Amino acid sequence: MAELTYRDAVAAAIAQEMARDPSVVFLGEDIAAAGGVFKATVGLLDRFGPTRVRDTPISEQALIGAAMGAAMTGLKPIAEIMFSDFLAVCWDIIANQIAKTRYMTNGQVTMPLVIRTANGAGSRFGAQHSQSLENWAMTVPGLKVVAPATPADVVGLMAAAVRDPDPVLFFEHKSLYATKGPVPEGEWVDQLGKAKVLRIGDDVTIVALAAMVPKALAAADRLAEQHGVTATVVDVRSLVPLDTQTILREVARTGRLVTVEENPRLCGWGAEIASIASQELFYDLDGPILRVTTPHVPLPAADNLEDHVIPSVERIVREVLQAYD
Amino acid sequence: MNTKHSRMASPPDVPIDPATRLALYRKMMEVRALEKRAYDLFLQNLIKGTSHLALGQEAIAAAFGVAMREDDYTFCTYRGHAHTLVRGASMTGVLGELMGRECGLMAGKGGSMHLTSVPHGAMGSYAIVGAHLPIAAGAAWSAQYRGTEQAAVCFFGDGTTNIGAFHEALNFAAVWKLPVVFVCENNLYMEYTPIGAVTAVEHPAADRASAYGLEPLIVDGNDVEAMFKVAQTTLARARAGQGPSLIEAKTYRHSGHSRADPAKYRPAEEVAAWMRRDPIKLYREKLLQQGVEEAAISKIEASVAAEVDQATEAAKASSVPEESIAMTEVWANGDWSWRN
Ligand SMILES: Cc1ncc(C[n+]2csc(CCOP(=O)(O)OP(=O)(O)O)c2C)c(N)n1
Ligand SMILES: [Mg+2]
Repeated sequence: MAELTYRDAVAAAIAQEMARDPSVVFLGEDIAAAGGVFKATVGLLDRFGPTRVRDTPISEQALIGAAMGAAMTGLKPIAEIMFSDFLAVCWDIIANQIAKTRYMTNGQVTMPLVIRTANGAGSRFGAQHSQSLENWAMTVPGLKVVAPATPADVVGLMAAAVRDPDPVLFFEHKSLYATKGPVPEGEWVDQLGKAKVLRIGDDVTIVALAAMVPKALAAADRLAEQHGVTATVVDVRSLVPLDTQTILREVARTGRLVTVEENPRLCGWGAEIASIASQELFYDLDGPILRVTTPHVPLPAADNLEDHVIPSVERIVREVLQAYD
Repeated sequence: MNTKHSRMASPPDVPIDPATRLALYRKMMEVRALEKRAYDLFLQNLIKGTSHLALGQEAIAAAFGVAMREDDYTFCTYRGHAHTLVRGASMTGVLGELMGRECGLMAGKGGSMHLTSVPHGAMGSYAIVGAHLPIAAGAAWSAQYRGTEQAAVCFFGDGTTNIGAFHEALNFAAVWKLPVVFVCENNLYMEYTPIGAVTAVEHPAADRASAYGLEPLIVDGNDVEAMFKVAQTTLARARAGQGPSLIEAKTYRHSGHSRADPAKYRPAEEVAAWMRRDPIKLYREKLLQQGVEEAAISKIEASVAAEVDQATEAAKASSVPEESIAMTEVWANGDWSWRN
């Protein structure tokens, strides 16, 4: 196992796939010469050259549109949208064009592309550079949605996303870029649509995504040490396809479900999981399903305000205890 | 210096009156002092998040700040401390916002990239590239509709000329003859990438003007008097119902794109050449040549230095916002609730 940062795992994953398959190309704003604004793509230009690693103008519609056209005609583009908030600028191409073309053409067109983007809060960037937007993508039929929490998952899920014949939105979390973790040596490919059980407990299943995963783990430790409540923690990893088998198995075993979501409340991915659990596990549940989310407000910039609204370890512990004690 | 009545557009050979010249110098100094202080406060970890400074680009905002009418509208980008300040927002309000304090223009809710002061006509700083060009056109439409002879001024960078919203807004404003002045601050870089590497034409704004029936206007953005004159003529044109203008102001930022950027991608000679063309240094020399007393200039400098010190202390003394305000002003009734 090599120890990599989440940031370096991004470049490692893209390099692994570009080295393997000459049809993989990479484009985005400031991704080549500058190595990305988060320095997550350093070295790719030097290694693969300017025909495969291309800086674009500030033209999100053009760059995502070009990725689509290239994907329709034999390439496997990885396109970067610098901050997930900017997905809104090219949402027509993503939601109306990329997502629907295979279906509308009755399978004539295949769309093997990956859109990777920096998502999430914690950097005090304010309301237009901090959102967690996996849910936007999750609502559109035809898009796959992945959000890794560890360097190993960045590599494994990116490789799986690039090799997948369908369009994948790949949400990297800004506040995880500096975190470190082991990544398997050699070629590493994971599977889309598989959740991971990270910790086993008997009292409650906490389901989390991306930057909420380490917080859920810390909350589980605290619940065990200070309150005698043992929690299973599941990292969802992939929202579409969704590994309901793993999630429902753990919820059935513990009888309780808590989702921890960074997104604002309404229609968060946890609501979908809660709805599936209540429908399919009604008689296994020992209590109401709980969702810990950011309240339904835009994100404030000041550090104490941002910390106040984003789910914290303390809040996860408190809400779990309130609901289940 | 803002007055309810627009200044007459002065032909290029008519000298700018002495009071206005000192006002231009003062506004540039205010921006410089504020931005330097913002930088220092970052190093002291009193400002978090990000920030995009206008060091080196002061002349553009300052000239418009002096030329605009009090009730005109400003729309700017994440690099908008300058454009907000020159409309009359307080230094304490700006620094307080950057520091996430209660005294901030938006009490810490918006942060550096979203400075807004509606009472001063500063209608917001927009952090999604291109978004505010159509929005500025809309404010101009409103002024046209209400018959107020107000103008909207929209500041943005060279990189912004490559996004669709730029082209849509220009055509829209031209077709509707809207009283809006689009000001492209061409600092030669879109973030870390030289603008020439990603743009089909040499002059990213001016070379596109003719596509929308507009005159190409290229101005030395480090010459505050040249900027002031073009501000006057374009604002007068807007008020007279002659429609939008597009200005390309050539300039250069002294620091990186944002706090995270040491700007190593810029050639040293290029940086040195532009540092010699520092707009404030140039104007100081020019004022002295024109016979302005050194004492008058130093007085402005001392007064601005005192003002920024005072503002810094006031912002430091201000408390952090109450956490409860995170849950206010989602709706017009001040509330955030979405269910009963
Ligand atoms: C739609 C969108 N794409 C990308 C970005 C990221 N971004 C922020 S500033 C910037 C460069 C803007 O360059 P320019 O317009 O020249 O303005 P400058 O920063 O030089 O003042 C980029 C790419 C953004 N904020 N919005
Ligand atoms: Mg620029």
